[in-house]
Amino acid sequence: MSINASGWRPEAPISGGKASPTTTGNKALMLEEALIFEIGDTTTTGVDLVEPVAATSRLGDLARTASIGLPGLSEPETVRHYTRLSRQNYGIDLGFFPLGSCTMKHNPRLNEKMARLPGFADIHPLAPVQTVQGALEVIQQLAHWLVTLTGMDSVAMSPKAGAHGELCGVLAIRAALEARGEGHRKIILVPESAHGTNPATAAFAGYSVEDIPATADGRVDTEKLIARLGPDVAGVMITNPNTCGLFERDMRVISDAVHAAGGLVYCDGANFNAIVGRVRPGDLGIDAMHINLHKTFSTPHGGGGPGSGPVVFSKALSPFAPLPFVEKTDDGFHLVEEETAGEHHAGAFGRMVAFHGQMGMFTRALTYILSHGADGLRQVSEDAVLNANYILRSLDTTLDAPFGGSGPCMHEALFSDENLADGFSTIDVAKGLIDEGFHPMTMYFPLVVHGAMLIEPTETESKAALDQFIVALRSVAERAKAGDVSLKSAPHFAPRSRLDETLAARKPILVWKDPGLAQAAE
Amino acid sequence: MRYLPLTQIDRDAMLGVIGVATIDDLFVDVPEAARLDGPIHGLPMHASEMAVERHMSALSRKNLTAGDAPFFLGCGAYKHHVPASVDHLIQRGEFLTAYTPYQPEIAQGTLQMLFEFQTQVARLLGTDVANASMYDGSTACWEAIGMARRITKRGKAILSSGLHPHYVSVAKTMAKFTGDALETSAPTLGADTDIDALIAAIDKDTSCVVVQYPDILGRIADLKPLADACHANKALLIAVVTEPVALGAIKAPGEMDADIVVGEGQSLGVGLQFGGPYVGLFGCKEKYVRQMPGRLCGETLDADGRRGFVLTLSTREQHIRREKATSNICTNSGLCALAFSIHMTLLGEAGLRQLAAINHAGAVAAAERLSQVPGVELVTTSFFNEFTLKLPVEARPIVRTLADRGILAGVSLGRLYPGEDALANGLVVAVTETTTAEDVETLAAALQEVLA
Repeated sequence: MSINASGWRPEAPISGGKASPTTTGNKALMLEEALIFEIGDTTTTGVDLVEPVAATSRLGDLARTASIGLPGLSEPETVRHYTRLSRQNYGIDLGFFPLGSCTMKHNPRLNEKMARLPGFADIHPLAPVQTVQGALEVIQQLAHWLVTLTGMDSVAMSPKAGAHGELCGVLAIRAALEARGEGHRKIILVPESAHGTNPATAAFAGYSVEDIPATADGRVDTEKLIARLGPDVAGVMITNPNTCGLFERDMRVISDAVHAAGGLVYCDGANFNAIVGRVRPGDLGIDAMHINLHKTFSTPHGGGGPGSGPVVFSKALSPFAPLPFVEKTDDGFHLVEEETAGEHHAGAFGRMVAFHGQMGMFTRALTYILSHGADGLRQVSEDAVLNANYILRSLDTTLDAPFGGSGPCMHEALFSDENLADGFSTIDVAKGLIDEGFHPMTMYFPLVVHGAMLIEPTETESKAALDQFIVALRSVAERAKAGDVSLKSAPHFAPRSRLDETLAARKPILVWKDPGLAQAAE
Repeated sequence: MRYLPLTQIDRDAMLGVIGVATIDDLFVDVPEAARLDGPIHGLPMHASEMAVERHMSALSRKNLTAGDAPFFLGCGAYKHHVPASVDHLIQRGEFLTAYTPYQPEIAQGTLQMLFEFQTQVARLLGTDVANASMYDGSTACWEAIGMARRITKRGKAILSSGLHPHYVSVAKTMAKFTGDALETSAPTLGADTDIDALIAAIDKDTSCVVVQYPDILGRIADLKPLADACHANKALLIAVVTEPVALGAIKAPGEMDADIVVGEGQSLGVGLQFGGPYVGLFGCKEKYVRQMPGRLCGETLDADGRRGFVLTLSTREQHIRREKATSNICTNSGLCALAFSIHMTLLGEAGLRQLAAINHAGAVAAAERLSQVPGVELVTTSFFNEFTLKLPVEARPIVRTLADRGILAGVSLGRLYPGEDALANGLVVAVTETTTAEDVETLAAALQEVLA
C-alpha cells in the first residue's frame, strides 16, 4: 500500500510559469530573519533565574539606572533566530570550500566532543596547578608533537592566532638580535607575494619592511634577496609553501645566506598542511614558524575564529620564547611564568596573552593529531597535494595557470583572470560559482598574479567532489570567457545579490539604531 | 583513516590525469636532503575514535573540574551558567565550519550576527560603536593603548595599579618593542582605588590612562572625574572590563565618558576553558572608529535593494594596508562572539540585570560570612561579584591546602604579584550565580580550620 492513501497525486509542474514574489520575502526553506532589536524587547528573557538573596547593596552610587537597550528573546525564539541565520551561511559541512591559503578541511566532531569534556572545558586558568595536571599534560603532549613534526627545538603555545604567532616569532627575533647587541638591524625582507599580516606584523614589531620581488616561476627571487642582505637586515619572513602554492626550492640556500649575514629566518606556516609529515621546516634552516591549528590541525574556523598560532623555534631563538610555558619535572607539570622565569628562562621576551593560550583549540588539535598519527598526517599532506594538482591539471586548459608550466603545485592551485572576456574578472567567476553551490576560491590574492584565483581543496575532499567542482568551474569559466553578462549580476540564487561595499564604507552603519529614535534626533 | 575519502584507486587515477607516476613526483621541488622517506620516527600511528577518546578522557580526569568543587576563582575569568541552547547553536555546522565572511552573499548569517554582536557590545559598554571582536581582554587592552597613541600622537600611557597584572605584563611586553612608555605600579591592599593618584599623574605627554572596572581586587569607583581629568589634558580614558556581567548592575564606562572601553567577554557564553579561547570586546566613541583595530561589520544594501551586511572600513586592516594597518589582527574570535551574543539574547536586559543582581547579592552575603572567620578581614567595601579578603597569613599556601581538600578558594594575590610582600595575605574571591550558600559555608568552615 502506498503511503499516500488519499488518492491525491501531484499534478505535473506547470512549465513556463513564473513564481510571483512572496508576501514575506521568504522563499520556502530560505527564510528572511529580522534583527534581534526588531523582534525582541528589553523585558523578555529566555532564562529562568532565581530571586537574589537579601543583601545590602555594595555598589555605592554606581548603580546602572538608565536603560541599556539589550533585547531578549524567549528560548524557542532564540533557537529559531540563530538557526535561521545559520542557514544563510556556507560552511564546510555543507559543501566544497576551496578558499586558498585557508585550509578549509573537515572538522571532526570527535574534536568538539573532547574539547567539551568538563575536565578541559570547566577549569580555571588560575586554578592551583596541582588541580590542572591533565590540562598541562595536554599542552605538553601537543607541544611535543609540534616540535617533532617540525624538527624544531621548542614551541611557544600561547599565541592566539596566526598573526599573533607571527608577532611572537618576530618579537623573538628582535629580542635575540638585541641580546647580541645587534638592535641596529631594522629591516625585515618580505616577498611581495606575502599575506598582509606579514608586513603588518613586522611594522608592529618596529621594523621597516622591504619587498622582495618574485621570479617568473612564482618564487622568491633568491639572487635579489641575497643581494639585499647586510648589516641592516634583521631577517626575512617567508611563506613556504608560498602563497602561489609552490615550494620555495631555495629555502635552505636562503636560510644559510640569511644566517651568514647575521639575520634570522621567519617562516609563515599557514601552508604547513602541504608538507606535514613529509618535510620538517627545521631541516630548511627556519628559526621560527607559526602553525595555524585552525588550518593544518582542523580546529574549526567558526566564521572568523578563534584560531590558535603556536610558534616553533630553533635553538637560536628558544631562549627568547615568551611566557608562559609548561615544564615537566619528577613531581609533575609546572607552569613557568614571570615568577620563576628568571631562574632558567631569563631571556623570555615577555607575555603575549593573559593566560596560557587557546586550550580549547589544543584539545581539539591533539585529538586530531592522535587520530591521524604520524602515518596519517603524512597521508594528509600527500592527499592535499594530490587533490590540488588534480584540480590544476584538470583546469589548466580552461583557465590561465601562470605557474603551471614550472612543475607541480603543492596544496593549492593558482589561476589568473588572463583569458576571460574583456570586462570580466575573477569576481564574476567567483559569484558564478556561488550559484553553482560552491564556496568560491580566494580572490585577488596573492597580489603577484592578475586576478588571482587560489584554490585549496584540502585532503578531505573525495574525487567525486573534486570532479563536480571541476565541471562547475569549467562551465562558469567558459561563460566568463564568452562574455555571458548574466555572470555580472551573479549570484542570482544566494540569500543576497551582490552587496554594495562602497555604500557600507562611505556611510558606515556599525550598530543598529532604533529608526524612531534616530528620526527624532534629526 | 576516517577523515580521508580518497581510495587507492582514486589516487592512481588522479596521478594518471596529472601525468606523473607516483606521489613523490609531486614533491620534486623539495630538496632531496629535506625529504622524509616515511612517517616520523618516535610518534604513534593513527588511532581509532574510541582509542583517542579513551586517551583524552583519561587526561581530562586528572583535572579538578570547577563544577565539581566549591569554586571561587575570578581575576579575569568567571564561572557562569551557560544555557544549553548556546552550545547547541554554535555547533551548527553553518556557523562552526564557516570562514571569515569574505563572500557576503553566502555569509549573511555570520555577518548579521556580528552586526547584532557589535550593537550589543556597544550598548553594554556604553560606547557608540564596537568591533567584531579581538582575541581576548588582554590583547584588546594592548591594542587600545596603541590606538590611543595613534590618536593623541603621544607615547606615555598610565596604567592603573588595579589593572590585571597579566594585562600589564602583555602591555609591557608590547611596549618594549613599540617604544611606548608605561607607568605602572602594584595595588595596595586597601578599600580605595588609585583614581586620585591617576588624576594627579596625567600630564601633557599622557596618551591615555588605563583603568580596570571593577579592578583586580574587585573594587569599583566612579570614572567620571578621571575621564574629565584625561580630557582636560587631551588624553584618552581607556576602561577595561573583565567581568561584563557587572555592567548589568553598575554604570557602563562609556556612560562615564570613557573614550575606549575594552573587555573580556568570556563570562557570557564562553566558559572557563583554562584561559582560552576567549573573546575580546572593543568599543569606542564614534569619532575614533577609523583608528580602531580589527574587523567591523556594517549595514548596506544588495543589488536588489534588500538590507544586508558586509565587512567594512577594511582600509584600516592588514590585508589592504599591509605595513600601515592599525593592527596585524586577522582571525579574531568569531565563534566566541556568537556564543556571547546568543547568551546575551537569551538574557535580554531584564535577564542580565537579574543575573547581575544575583551575583552581587551572593557576593555581599559571602563577603559578610567569610569576614566572620576569625582573623579574616574584608578589604573591599564597594564591589560587584568579586572582593578581596586579607588573611592573617600568606594566602597562597592556604589556597593550595584548600585545593588539596577539593575547595577552589579564590586567587591569591601572591600568585598574581609574586614578591610583593604587602599583598601576600590577599585573597580575591569571586561569587556568581553558580555559587551556592553551601559552597560559601564549606569555604568558611575550611578556612577557619586551616587558619586555626
